[in-house]
Amino acid sequence: MEKTALYNFHKNLGAKFVPFAGYEMPIQYKDGIVKEHISTRQTAGFFDVSHMGQLFISGSKSLEQSLEKIIPLDFKEIKINQSKYSFLINDKGGVIDDLIITRVEGGFNIILNAACKDNDTKEIAKCLDSDSKYELKKDLSLVALQGPKSETILESIIPGVKQLKFMNGDYFKFQGKKIYVTRSGYTGEDGFEISLSNTNAENFTKLLSNKGAKPIGLGARDTLRLEAGLCLYGHELNQDISPIQANLKWAISKRRREEGGFKGWENIQNDLKNGVSKIRVGIKPSGRIIAREGTKIFSSSGDEIGVVTSGTFGPSVNAPVAMGYIQSKFSEINNKILLEVRGKKHDAVVSKLPFYKKSYVK
Amino acid sequence: MSEKKYSKKHEWIMLDGETATVGISKHATEMLGDIVFVELPEKGKGLEKEEKAAVVESTKAASDVYTPVSGEILETNQPIVDDPSNVNKDPENNGWFFKIKIKNKSELDTLMNQTDYEKFVKDNPN
Repeated sequence: MEKTALYNFHKNLGAKFVPFAGYEMPIQYKDGIVKEHISTRQTAGFFDVSHMGQLFISGSKSLEQSLEKIIPLDFKEIKINQSKYSFLINDKGGVIDDLIITRVEGGFNIILNAACKDNDTKEIAKCLDSDSKYELKKDLSLVALQGPKSETILESIIPGVKQLKFMNGDYFKFQGKKIYVTRSGYTGEDGFEISLSNTNAENFTKLLSNKGAKPIGLGARDTLRLEAGLCLYGHELNQDISPIQANLKWAISKRRREEGGFKGWENIQNDLKNGVSKIRVGIKPSGRIIAREGTKIFSSSGDEIGVVTSGTFGPSVNAPVAMGYIQSKFSEINNKILLEVRGKKHDAVVSKLPFYKKSYVK
Repeated sequence: MSEKKYSKKHEWIMLDGETATVGISKHATEMLGDIVFVELPEKGKGLEKEEKAAVVESTKAASDVYTPVSGEILETNQPIVDDPSNVNKDPENNGWFFKIKIKNKSELDTLMNQTDYEKFVKDNPN
């Protein structure tokens, strides 16, 4: 089991650890998931996301063309220091992983899911020509700071970060060392992701803590992203689900939706042209019943029409929330559906996403 | 009122005459984390010892609550259904789950007292 550079720091903060994607990661700290969730929404929370892959790719002019084979973005559109959310696509048009890619000087930085990062690197490498270089950085940590107080807190440690707009980044200095900061995150809140050397990670995170940001574990990270209606790989996304089914058409650039030229294009083009038979939706159970992953979804007339992919209690919504895939003809907002929990069918409705309104700085 | 007893599945039970009150231990609530959903048995339902009686869910997962003794459900604690955080606040008093009319008092002898339970928890973390 691997440990991040912040392992001892988490331990001192009273973290409870769980194995996650080969790492020992904090699921929660002393406050517990609900308080951690609320702290992030009301003030600011920091998350160790160093288990995620930070892949740096550099190369010649043809690099963009190579990456366009597997990532359905219009690379000409991505300005220096701009970040985009997208995916690695397989030959069937399924999602190998979802990712954030940022154009930096000399190449691209790609943030990958921990469980997928080694395979992702291989898949990307297959598309690159011989003069491209790539490195999955092992010497870097990644810390996310999320919540309405993030800007004030981070600006007091790293002057200048408040100039960043959502999905943009830049290099800054921390204790004399170069670090990379993007304004982004995965909680539905304003916030930042800070990439810095392992040797600096604890110093930096201690400062966040001293300035009032709370440590947040994977448990609250999940309730936060679910309220924000964001997909989690392995749940809403996998190799057999197309981005169109996942309702993520927006993450394929316009030119690419018209021209294709990436893996799995035939299937994606078909999905775009003819629509999809199943689609990702938000689900609001009535009452307090929680529909966990795997819960079967039925139409009001009793036919099985889908399955829940993530479900929990949303502390800020103060109600249970879920996402899942259902047959497209039942996917209209407010459509009544039934959820089978412990052998009984419970009322629910298809809900618009996100469950919790975002407050990004644009 | 008699001594509070504990089961290996982390329920507590306290007998008063023919009626026993059942809940989940403080240790159980600490393992579960924030409780966000509780489902209680129907009144009048007959249950055998160690049969599933209730469900608790944290933000992370659902867990079953078993009855440590056989009997008939007499009363359930609606305030923990309306606001499940009441279980975390006071698990071994106001956070009780149900009252059960006990069928066979000797079943209590198979359960642990507080000292034994504390030792059991220490020897069986998680």
